[in-house]
Amino acid sequence: MAKFEYAPAPESRDIARLRASYGIFVDGEFRDGAGEAIKTINPANEEPLAEVADAAPSDVDDAVRAARRALPAWSGRPGGDRAKYLYRIARAIQERSRELAVLESLDNGKPIKESRDVDIPLAAAHFFYYAGWADKLEYAGFGPSPRPIGVAGQVIPWNFPLLMAAWKIAPALATGNTVVLKPAETTPLTALTLAEIIAEADVPAGVVNILAGGPSIGEAIVRHEGIDKIAFTGSTEVGKIIQRTTAGTGKRLSLELGGKAANIIFEDAPLDQAIEGIVNGIFFNQGHVCCAGSRLLVQESVADELIAALQQRLTTLRLGDPLDKNTDIGAINSAAQLARIRELTESGEAEGAERWSPPCEIPERGYWFAPTVFTHVSQANRIAREEIFGPVLSVLTFRTPAEAIDKANNTPYGLSAGIWTEKGSRILWFANQLRAGVIWANTFNRFDPGSPFGGYKESGFGREGGRHGLGAYLDV
Amino acid sequence: MTAVLPDVARDNASLRRFLSGLPGVDQVGAEARAAGLFTRSIKTTAKAWAIDTAIRMVDLTTLEGADTPGKVRSLCAKAIHPDATAPPVAAVCVYPDLVATAVDALRGSVVAVASVATAFPSGRASLEAKLQDVRDAVAAGADEIDMVIDRGAFLAGQYMQVFEEIVATKQTCGPAHLKVILETGELATLDNTRRASWLALLAGADFIKTSTGKVTPAATPPVALTMLQAVRDFAAATGDARGVKLAGGIRSSKDAVRYLVMVNEVAGERWLDPGLFRFGASSLLNDLLLQRHKLATGAYDGADYVTVD
Repeated sequence: MAKFEYAPAPESRDIARLRASYGIFVDGEFRDGAGEAIKTINPANEEPLAEVADAAPSDVDDAVRAARRALPAWSGRPGGDRAKYLYRIARAIQERSRELAVLESLDNGKPIKESRDVDIPLAAAHFFYYAGWADKLEYAGFGPSPRPIGVAGQVIPWNFPLLMAAWKIAPALATGNTVVLKPAETTPLTALTLAEIIAEADVPAGVVNILAGGPSIGEAIVRHEGIDKIAFTGSTEVGKIIQRTTAGTGKRLSLELGGKAANIIFEDAPLDQAIEGIVNGIFFNQGHVCCAGSRLLVQESVADELIAALQQRLTTLRLGDPLDKNTDIGAINSAAQLARIRELTESGEAEGAERWSPPCEIPERGYWFAPTVFTHVSQANRIAREEIFGPVLSVLTFRTPAEAIDKANNTPYGLSAGIWTEKGSRILWFANQLRAGVIWANTFNRFDPGSPFGGYKESGFGREGGRHGLGAYLDV
Repeated sequence: MTAVLPDVARDNASLRRFLSGLPGVDQVGAEARAAGLFTRSIKTTAKAWAIDTAIRMVDLTTLEGADTPGKVRSLCAKAIHPDATAPPVAAVCVYPDLVATAVDALRGSVVAVASVATAFPSGRASLEAKLQDVRDAVAAGADEIDMVIDRGAFLAGQYMQVFEEIVATKQTCGPAHLKVILETGELATLDNTRRASWLALLAGADFIKTSTGKVTPAATPPVALTMLQAVRDFAAATGDARGVKLAGGIRSSKDAVRYLVMVNEVAGERWLDPGLFRFGASSLLNDLLLQRHKLATGAYDGADYVTVD
């Protein structure tokens, strides 16, 4: 029995204002989808949360038609006028932040402290940020009168449901595009609540259309002839299919895919803060983060000390009810994802890596996976090469800066990397050598709407966020 | 000096090398970690436990030029019986000339007498004057001595001088426990906080303490974090657990409970004990009592339901 037992401190699930059923949002109206309704469940206890209308390809047709109809008027408005709507959406997200945070945690399984302090505030920040650009596009470095691309088809993942919707919708609207967005099958609720906010903000009908559905709806969007641009965030496997499908069609494409980021710790790093960076790098959002620091590269001279301190730190992580304000590790989003994490961690053991988890009680129902650290990992192991997308850290060591660079870059991915050292010159040198789109120095998993995000190699192309993020939605 | 770290304080150069060799502290990261710990939500039974524990960790303090025997006696009475049901505090902390009064008032109770010494708060006096200050307090019956380090010497890189003053003070303390005040507000950086913490621990401090309460900023979350890491790491290296005292600026129960979360998760639950963790405070106790009563009865008392001392 611990001396200081934290009593349960749950947020009330009533705050989410969960409805029995959710429709699709097409041409400014909510309606039933032509497909069969799907049930979305709470991954923390496997109980159904709500019925969600499943779109059919005919709904995609309707949505694209509505988006095309809305396009001339929307793109013809003065930028300041489009900004007005984006500011309204941003403020409404802030006003309903508690509701959205609880809803996100229920549907996704992520801890309330993360949905409350990261997902929702950042989603609002993205709308505020791009609202600011809407009337300044001619000064953004894309020529004197940049034009929108047209109708954007956007397919987003389940790991940051509302935030990814904001990343996609805000720059598209600011630049005068109209959108058809599909949230992930397992996490449609906050995107559909965002649709409600968009409707209440009086955004003209057809400018934003949101359809829940499975892979077939994603495919219908990708193949649709009325769509000018595809923006996809998700797995590299699906990204490749999308790129093949859109090749030769004239559709613009931006892909934000998987990652296997190296988090590199030098012996002169601020070690206590590096430990926090490691924890935040791989255990934030249960490791369901494309830019997660899943490969820890630590200089051999401090490896033992660092790993001991890391293990000590991990014993303080609290796994459990996502709605409890003291929960650090929530539920895995789906049974399928849990199975994949299990399969890969078993391969890690089979290939000879040493597995460790802190003592940690796993709830009986729901999808859970204890924070896991593998030591004695070799570059050749699957757990060092494949994206696990779960709370699993692979620890490798290096001896020299050159070896750290070689190992960090030795991956088909190139989304993000982290470097920890008190030596400023080394940070700059490293940033030039690393083939990764985002490089964090003495921090990890920090996001800001002003900072562009995106990958190299099999992690995709195109940038989201910042001035660069405008380029993905302008005809340049 | 510990067997594990034998030659560290051989001379100023080796002491400087050791202290400079400690891992750096990243200010931004330390602030983020402290802020993260402060978001823990402590409710109901956990809160009740934390408030009682915090009361038992208070060094109830009066350090004014206007202190009188009457004021100290009244504070001592409050220390023994904060109210009808609350536990006594850890200690009463006064200037050396009032130690005898406090000893007299606290006789027979579990409350210890702590005294600031060594030309508190600035530490600007000769070593002999500082040690005489300590001798006076110990002779009058102080159980604990809160010394200040020479911040000028520390900032000038004269680590050995600071070290030797602590060693001399520790010897002069005899059986009295030594708390070493770093005055982190004057040391300015977290790197300095970490180095001064280790310097004091190596020199034999039983406790390291943030501040005098006379300088702003005093105890801040990242400073507390860095000092708790120092005692944790010192214990891991030597097997010897030393204490931390936060002083200055902690006035609310909410902050006290947050700091206990930090103690729990950074140093470890072993430090959740008045023997290893203290709050130096004057107004904090009344807020703890108000919150304690609120938890028990569900209603807030007004300020007139706790005593003015």
